Formats: sequence, structure tokens, C-alpha cells
Amino acid sequence: MSWDQLMPLILEGLWDTLYMTIPSTLLSYLIGMPLGLLLVVTGKGGIRPKPVFQSALSVTINFLRSIPFIILLVLLFPVTRAVMGRAIGTQAIIFPLVISAFPYVARMVENAVREVDHGVIEAALSMGSTDWQVIRKVMIPEALPSLLNGAAICMVTILGYTAMASAAGGGGLGALAITKGLNMRKYEIMYSASLTLVALVQFMTLFGNQISKRLDHRIKN
Amino acid sequence: MSGQVLIEVQGLRKVFQDAENRVIALNDINLKVYEGEIYGIVGMSGAGKSTLIRCINRLDFPNEGQILYRGQDILTMDRQTLLQTRRKMGMIFQQFNLFMQRSIAENVRYPLEIAGVPRKQADNRVLELLEIVGLTDKAAAYPAQLSGGQRQRVGIARALASKPDVLLCDEATSALDPMTTQSILDLLQDINRRLGITILLITHEMAVIRQICHRVAILDGGKVVEEGSVDEVFLNTKSEAGKRLFGVLPEQSEEDPGVPSLRIVFDGAAAEKPVISTLSQETGVFVNILSANMNHLQGKMYGQMIIQKPGTEQENEAVISYLEKQGLTVREVNKP
Repeated sequence: MSWDQLMPLILEGLWDTLYMTIPSTLLSYLIGMPLGLLLVVTGKGGIRPKPVFQSALSVTINFLRSIPFIILLVLLFPVTRAVMGRAIGTQAIIFPLVISAFPYVARMVENAVREVDHGVIEAALSMGSTDWQVIRKVMIPEALPSLLNGAAICMVTILGYTAMASAAGGGGLGALAITKGLNMRKYEIMYSASLTLVALVQFMTLFGNQISKRLDHRIKN
Repeated sequence: MSGQVLIEVQGLRKVFQDAENRVIALNDINLKVYEGEIYGIVGMSGAGKSTLIRCINRLDFPNEGQILYRGQDILTMDRQTLLQTRRKMGMIFQQFNLFMQRSIAENVRYPLEIAGVPRKQADNRVLELLEIVGLTDKAAAYPAQLSGGQRQRVGIARALASKPDVLLCDEATSALDPMTTQSILDLLQDINRRLGITILLITHEMAVIRQICHRVAILDGGKVVEEGSVDEVFLNTKSEAGKRLFGVLPEQSEEDPGVPSLRIVFDGAAAEKPVISTLSQETGVFVNILSANMNHLQGKMYGQMIIQKPGTEQENEAVISYLEKQGLTVREVNKP
């Protein structure tokens, strides 16, 4: 297969992959971020401890996280159809991706925010901050470098999930490598799609780390 | 310091309990802090002083008792009133607890932001505060770029932003070296004098109490074992904990030297040098040391020395005035 034939396939796959990954990541954060903050705020030593609520939330998140994506994808078919209009295809798969990723995001956010020195939060409280002010003006900004690193990891994880999109008729580089590459024995397609995926993951990780470092004022410069 | 009662602690009790252990951190604490004074609470680590100061602004919640701030109980007030009251009580910490992702100016501006002070007005106030603590040139820097002493100055500026009536200091100098400690203590004293802000501080260092406090409470095992004006407590230490803190061994303080003598107390404030030799050189009086018990802590002298009272009243006065000039406390014992 010539380069001219290969290129459009790869570009289309890349576009589909990003089309699934980026909105899924954003929507996962929309749900996962408040949950992650809630886990910290209501946790032991948090600013509003609610042990029973926190355990219930924690158990639910663990439960959702433990379902493998490929199974969740199938289980969710009826719900996906109801929400997205159809159960299969590149666009429809965003829904199961979000459902699968938001518990992961919640844990990521929880870990990042927990890293914030408790003394700093106490200082904010001693100055008469409301809970909301502590969350918005202290917890999130102080955890920002860590949150950005976490976001890069989440995005890469979601990118990994999209490779399974072919199972639900979705497109993207993963589907390209399997359906047109592996199944049709056109190995040049399989390898170039896979290499593009690898490059994409490297780029996201590096980019995430760079921004995180740039914004971290704990580093002397 | 002859003001009204600003903070009154009544019957405060705090018990920490888990499955196996039950620790009584505070046991029936009663204190009064007057407007305009510097009140020190001193105790060994584990005496409960941190818990006590954290109860004052309700960062910690006691099991029993009352904390009255201008007559209003902090422990029963509703949340909104509590937030407003906390804004009247600045707090500084041993580990400074600055916002690491905010610049120095932004750190100091935080209390103004949460109180909804307009931006322009807040920025002017920030400049004013940085001037008070001598850090105007560091406004754009971040905490990671500052030394410990500078960080504590930022902490102080931030605590003063909301124009508090009282400054709560939680071991504010314990993470600093002796020289930096001195400059922070000078700053606190200056704030107390110039701005009339009451200061309630806790520390394990007697030198801190001796240098800037007007009144002191000694905390031991969750109880106030001694309280009063610093001079009074210092010269007539009654409690075991107080004697330990002054570096005086209990058996020795009770000892009767038998002859008219002078007791010299070293509280770590005096410069380290051979005081007795220079005393003889400067005053021409040769002294007879009867007993001494000195401890060397972080380059400072703690303890006491008993010397025989010089023969004539004139010599006696020369000796006392010389020693007091060195920052030592002298008291006559066994007056004839």
C-alpha cells in the first residue's frame, strides 16, 4: 500500500480518536471532579467530615471502576441508545467512555487534592474562609500541578479505551489497526496506526508534564 | 495593657479518644486575655498548648467549657458569626502555612479577597502590610523563594490583613534560627505597640516569654499550673513545670545557701560570654560562686547561679546593675 493511500486512513483514524478522547475526558471531569472534591471534603480530616456518606460514595466509585470497559460497553447498550440515539458508532461510544472514566477521574482528583498540606487549609479556615472558598481558592489552585498531571494520565487511559471502540462499530486508530490492519492482514496499516497511537500518548504525557511543571510555583526559579 | 477582657477561657476540657487510648489534652483550663497585652502560654511538648490555641478560633472543638470573645461564646455561635469572628483573629503558624501557588502579594491579599474587599483597595492594603513586615521588594516572589524568617513575615502580614483585634501565634518562632527568632519577636512586639493588637502566643521557649510577653501561663499535663505577670512568675517559680522550663533543678531551687547571696537567672536571653569573669573585670568585684546549674540549649544559657553577696552595698549595686545590663535577672536571697 502506498503512502498516499495510507495517509488519509491514518489522519481519519487520528481525527476519530481525538473526537472520542477529548470530549470524553472533558465530560468525565465534569462529573469526576466534583465527586473527587466531595471525597476529600467529606473524608476523615476533611473540612466537612461525613463518614457514612463518604464510605458509600467511595464504595460506589470502586464498584464502577472495577467493571472492565469492554463489558460496560455491552451492558450499557440500551442506555447508550436511549441517551445518544444509537448504541454503536464513533459518537455513541463517548457515553460509555464517560461512564467508565469518571470514577477513575474522581480518584485522580481525590489523590491530587489530598496532597495539599492540611496546614494550608487550616490557615485558610483560620482566616474565616467558607467551605466553598477553601475549595475554590485553596484546594484547587494549590493542587493544580498535580491535577494537570492527573488529567494527562486520565486522557491517556481514555485514549486506551477508545482502541476497543471497534467492538462497538466505532472508528479511530485502534479500530483501524484491528479491522483494516490485523483482520485484513495489511500489517503496514496495523503498524502505522499503532505507531501513531504511541506517538499520541507520548505527546499527551509530555505536554501534561510540561504544563504542570510550568505552573508549579513550589519549584524555585 | 489595662484593657477589657478580650478572650476568656472557662473550664475548657478536651479529651482525645480512640479504641485503646484516652488522652486528656486539656483539663479545666481557665484564662483571661486582656486587650492590648501579649499573653504567653508556655509548656513542654505534649502539654496541650497547641490544642488550646486551636480551640480559641474553633479549629479544634473542646469537649467542655466556654471560650468567650468579647463576651460571646465562640463554641456556640452560628457559622456566619464564627467566620466573622475568625476574621477578627489573625493566626500564624510554626510551619507558616503559606499558599505555595500564590505570590507573596496574593497570599497577603487572600483574607481581603474572601471578605469581598474591592480589588484596588485590597492592593493598596497589601502594599501597606508588606511595608509593615519589610517585604515590599518580594511582592511578586513565591513562598518557595523565601527564607523561613521571610515566610513568617508573610504569614504575619497575611494575618494582619483583615485588621484583627488579636493575633494567635502557634509556635511562630519554633522553626526559626535564634537570630531570625529575634527579628520576628521584635516585629511582634512592634505590632503590639504600634497597632495595639493583642497577642496570644504559645511556645516551648521560655526566652520568647521573657522577651515579649506581659503575662504568662505555664501549661503542664493539660492544666494551668502557674499564671501571672512574667516577672512575678519568673522570679518566684512555684510549679515543677516552671522550674523545668527555666532550667532550674527542683532540689536546687529549694536549697538555702546559708549566707546572703544573689540568685542569677539565665533564661537564654543573655549573650553567650563568660559573664562572671567580665563581671570581675568591669566592676572590680571578685565574686564567690556558691552553686551553679547551667544548661546549654541551642547556643543559649539556661539555668541559675548563686553567688555570695558582695561585702558592701556599693559593690552589690554595681554587680546587680552590671548583670541586669547583660539581660540577666538577679534576685537577692537570704537577706540578712
